[in-house]
Amino acid sequence: MNKPADITPAFGSCPLPITDHKEVVLPHGSGGKLSQQLIQKMILPSFKNELLQPLHDGAIFSIGNTRLAFSTDSFVVSPLFFPGGDIGDLAINGTVNDLAMCGAKPLYLSAAFIIEEGLPMDDLWRVIQSMRRAADRAGVALVTGDTKVVDRGKGDKLFINTSGIGLVHDGVNIQPTRATPGDKVIVSGHIAVHGIAIMSVREGLEFETEIASDTAPLNGLTEAILAVCPDIHVLRDPTRGGVTSALSEIAEAAHVGIRLEESRIPISEEVKGACEILGLDPLYVANEGKLIAIVPADSTEAVLAAMRAHPLGKDAAIIGEVVTDHPRFVTMKTRVGGTRVVDMLSGEQLPRIC
Amino acid sequence: MKFMDEYRDEKLAQKLIAEIKRIVTRPWVLMEVCGGQTHSIVKYGIDRLLPKEIELVHGPGCPVCVTSLEMIDKAHAIARRPDVIFCSFGDMLRVPGSDADLLVLKSRGADVRVVYSPIDCLKIARANPDKKVVFFAIGFETTAPANAMSVWQAHKQGINNFSVLVSHVLVPPAISAILQSPGNRVQGFLGPGHVCTVVGYHEYEPLAKQFNVPIVVTGFEPLDLLEGTLMAVRQLEEGRAEVENQYPRVVQREGNRAAQELVNSVFEVSDRKWRGIGSIPQSGLTLRAEFSEYDAERIFDVQSINTQESGACISGLVLRGAKKPHDCPAFGKTCTPEHPLGATMVSAEGACAAYYAYGRHLHHPKPAEQDKASAS
Repeated sequence: MNKPADITPAFGSCPLPITDHKEVVLPHGSGGKLSQQLIQKMILPSFKNELLQPLHDGAIFSIGNTRLAFSTDSFVVSPLFFPGGDIGDLAINGTVNDLAMCGAKPLYLSAAFIIEEGLPMDDLWRVIQSMRRAADRAGVALVTGDTKVVDRGKGDKLFINTSGIGLVHDGVNIQPTRATPGDKVIVSGHIAVHGIAIMSVREGLEFETEIASDTAPLNGLTEAILAVCPDIHVLRDPTRGGVTSALSEIAEAAHVGIRLEESRIPISEEVKGACEILGLDPLYVANEGKLIAIVPADSTEAVLAAMRAHPLGKDAAIIGEVVTDHPRFVTMKTRVGGTRVVDMLSGEQLPRIC
Repeated sequence: MKFMDEYRDEKLAQKLIAEIKRIVTRPWVLMEVCGGQTHSIVKYGIDRLLPKEIELVHGPGCPVCVTSLEMIDKAHAIARRPDVIFCSFGDMLRVPGSDADLLVLKSRGADVRVVYSPIDCLKIARANPDKKVVFFAIGFETTAPANAMSVWQAHKQGINNFSVLVSHVLVPPAISAILQSPGNRVQGFLGPGHVCTVVGYHEYEPLAKQFNVPIVVTGFEPLDLLEGTLMAVRQLEEGRAEVENQYPRVVQREGNRAAQELVNSVFEVSDRKWRGIGSIPQSGLTLRAEFSEYDAERIFDVQSINTQESGACISGLVLRGAKKPHDCPAFGKTCTPEHPLGATMVSAEGACAAYYAYGRHLHHPKPAEQDKASAS
């Protein structure tokens, strides 16, 4: 150990950079920067139009005097069944929530199933029954659909796509670009629950209390919010990429800064513990039954009260505000009083070695 | 959360900062050795809460960052084989080799899996008897016991389709190398708390004496790091150079004997090449001869791969604490986590990636809270 060390000269430690991916890699689907790259480089230039451009949770357009919201989402979760839900209710709630985040009342959904040969019929039945219950709960009708079966090994048991149409309430104008300095940022409850529920099953982790997914239809909660504040500026459900990705996208779209306070972000003890064990940051973990509302300052108390009166918003909390400083970036006052930027991840969160 | 929130308390943090400010009389350069400590410091903005006299430089303790390019290329050569299931800790997946990273190899059809524990690989090996399961055994003394256990258990259970690609490194030789490197600025160390949990800290006592440098074994929570800094600064101000233990709730002087015995029975000390630093004598672990049947380098005949590292980035200097990430002209511009030029940008524990993730590449006005905090 005490031999003189043989140290090579200062420089000398770089591989050739991977400048552009020649193939799609998993992080392209993570909701982070690589997903953005796909959208910005391939989707937007190819399909450029004014409805797509805002990159909202859904497109909002008028037919005659009626304003409609239209959205789609695909579900590839593994395992198919997990504590608190399954791929079926997730698929219904996902599209219902995307429509609700447009300020719309979700009406009609489609569902397309891509089924891998060999999937037990009982599993498919369970999923379909779960979709039926979720649709009933959200008050939507499944009105069209499709089924395809692929060879064994060509799919992962079951993929589901749902699309939906909803009616946008009069006087409501929800757009990420409307986030305005002075607005407050409210989250509807404990974050990171769904992602951790899935990870716990995948990793075979057992906690004293089971962490169940928060999957739920949020249209009831958005109705309650809109009833007290039709002028709500932005709604977003922080699914893939978690709270950070949702807020980063809003800051980027509106050219504003967003400042969070770490100590005000609601996270349950179980989820905090699981995140410590798994080496994950809850701000990047997916939610399936939470929303972020960006609210004009003078409506904050009314919105907060309306959310807390709803079962899906009882733990709602103000976690930060929109500011003129540091436009396009989200910052956070840390628990010990420091400050840092909260940036979107490039890909999936990878568990750290130690 | 119990046993966690207590170590993130703002009022106690302010007390420690005030005490550091009270006792410091001149500039000091401290190095935190461990990547986990670097991550925590930048995540909580701790370095920016300290008085300007205290400079924290970031050490070589990110195992992912210091794994040599040559070893990564060996891993990739093995992972590409159709008969192999290649298992790794998560943050190794994005480390670029000469050609690709493990995520790209996966997209091309390689069977690459993330495991939390090497013991999980044994389950995978049992479930896939027609495949060869290889675990990329990297890390410092912290991960060595679990990695040794996987080999020990494979041996005990007669699992013969499991092997390890070993690239273990040891902390004390790296500290010694840093202190002997020309232009070294480091005057005190925050020692690696979890490494010392395994090996204890008696090994650090001769280092403190030989180089006249305080080493404070330190934990990973904000209050641990602040208290460790306070203890190191106090030693420097008083002209002492001792090994002290800030982390007694976890670390004992002799470490974990059972873990050490297991490691010594499976591994032996050997020379090791470090990315960005070069070869350091007696600074790594390799499998003992009696376990050579679990040696993936031998089984897959990749010993001959010998990659030279190119000189395009300064991660070698960053890993030795000679430079900060933003001293690099490529930092945050051509070198980002999406397109890392060097290892310190790849792993979340790497200093460059930590600086980037927490916004140190951005030039925006400091938020008011921070100004207030640093003015107090």
